[in-house]
Amino acid sequence: MTTARIDARFAALKAEGRAGFVAYVMAGDPSPEATLDILNGLVEAGADVLELGFPFSDPMAEGPTIQRAALRGLKSGLTLKGTLELARRFRAGNADTPLILMGYLNPVEQMGYRAFAEAAEAAGVDGVILVDCPPEEAADLVEALDSAHLSLIRLATPTSDDERLKVIARGTSGFVYYVSVAGVTGVKEAVAGDVAPAVARVRSATGLPVAVGFGVKTAERAAEIARVADAVVVGSALVDRIEAAVTENRDPVTDVLSLARDLSHAVRNARAAETV
Amino acid sequence: MGQILLARRMGKTRIIAETGAGQHGVATATVCARFGLPCVVYMGAADIERQAPNVFRMKLLGAEVRPVTNGRATLKEAMNEAMRDWVSNVGDTFYIIGTAAGPHPYPAMVRDFQSVIGREAREQMLARTGRLPDACVAAIGGGSNAIGLFHPFIGDEGVRLIGIEAAGLGLEGNSHAASLQGGRPGVLHGNRTYLLQDDDGQILEGHSISAGLDYPGIGPEHAWLHQTGRAEYRATTDAEALEAFQLCAKLEGIIPALEPSHALARVGEIATEVGKGGNVVLNLCGRGDKDIFSVAKHLGVEL
Repeated sequence: MTTARIDARFAALKAEGRAGFVAYVMAGDPSPEATLDILNGLVEAGADVLELGFPFSDPMAEGPTIQRAALRGLKSGLTLKGTLELARRFRAGNADTPLILMGYLNPVEQMGYRAFAEAAEAAGVDGVILVDCPPEEAADLVEALDSAHLSLIRLATPTSDDERLKVIARGTSGFVYYVSVAGVTGVKEAVAGDVAPAVARVRSATGLPVAVGFGVKTAERAAEIARVADAVVVGSALVDRIEAAVTENRDPVTDVLSLARDLSHAVRNARAAETV
Repeated sequence: MGQILLARRMGKTRIIAETGAGQHGVATATVCARFGLPCVVYMGAADIERQAPNVFRMKLLGAEVRPVTNGRATLKEAMNEAMRDWVSNVGDTFYIIGTAAGPHPYPAMVRDFQSVIGREAREQMLARTGRLPDACVAAIGGGSNAIGLFHPFIGDEGVRLIGIEAAGLGLEGNSHAASLQGGRPGVLHGNRTYLLQDDDGQILEGHSISAGLDYPGIGPEHAWLHQTGRAEYRATTDAEALEAFQLCAKLEGIIPALEPSHALARVGEIATEVGKGGNVVLNLCGRGDKDIFSVAKHLGVEL
């Protein structure tokens, strides 16, 4: 099942002839109020899609940056319920920007698939990324999400072969998240030369837009990826800014948004710059 | 041993492992030394302190021991970190998991390799006593030694299978590692099983005096044996395990590891239940040399 907001956004991006900028932050990092300000600010700074992480005690696919963000989120008292409440408050002030929740399966298991799907739909969430839910185990989850008109966005990696991509495509909607490096978030750097053929492969196997993330740290790299992918995801680099500001007692919102503007600018102008 | 043969067959050139008590780390370091493969062992910083002799052994065997400082810095965090390494180096690296948990096919694969002990026990009991034992008892953290013992007996309905979890400071509070008796089903490390967790699904840190048992989950096959009732599960506190540790040393001349000391603490009552003339197999899954310093500390003895 596909939600209107995600499809509309990718259709608009295609019409504009540019890649989208997907911004990831962790809910509750460093506080729920700050997260709400950051989400709204990210949209103003040019983010086309928002990914909101919900904290989990054992974030196995994350590098040190997002691990620490999850700890800050948990410390600020944020649960999955609290994250949904944040989503609801964001949606109350923003009708169009797709909002994707990203995290791990167990908190969703404990809430119950159906209860989660209904609550997420009511909160105005458009899609969900659950890093540790393999397609083979997802039938019940997909059914619950479908009935609440939520997309399940799956990850593809450099090790996903064509057979695996077919499995990944089943039950996936909205877009596919291509993990551009073999590894955890925010550690290795993506190589644009490797990403281009991979994106083409994933796109043709799944028929869906492809967003690339896990190894995009700088505006330059974001621009390179934006020339070949449908969207560029930046998470750890934004979260690093939040962390630095928190550590140095500055306002995290100002700091993170200044980077977001640079990234957005780079992504928006990537293809134009190439033509010139 | 089985896993490294598989790694070699797959052409992997680098081995990683996680370890709690250090037993699995030492075993992995040993086979890596034997086959000349580089070995990185992830170990919680707290466990490195508790299990200094095994850390030294691993280093002697040429392994690199990487301390993990997240969370409570024990087995769960070591496993997270090993998984992160694995996905980052999946081309050349084989992850030798030390327990019958984790993503498929590890629970089944580790069980099959571990069940050498169960097949051996079954054969020897038949040869020596002419019949099957009345009960098999083993301590459980992730549950690999227990499933290794239990598995060949699962079809033998008359044989009671009894797993002993770590009750830590008691099952009432949160300071234990009894996933079956104090947890509920969830998903972690690629398997659905019983987990210690809060209402939000956040995983709690297990506690046990024994570094090999304080894992907040349990191999999925134990979850199944628990739900079907084929195996029974009980628990032993830190204090009871310490007592059994000393008793076994005095009475048997065997210094057991703290992990099987949990099983030893229950074996008396199980013997009573089985009755005179009955036979109980206990899996003494590790020796206590590694625990000497930590036990001395708990008993207030300075070495």
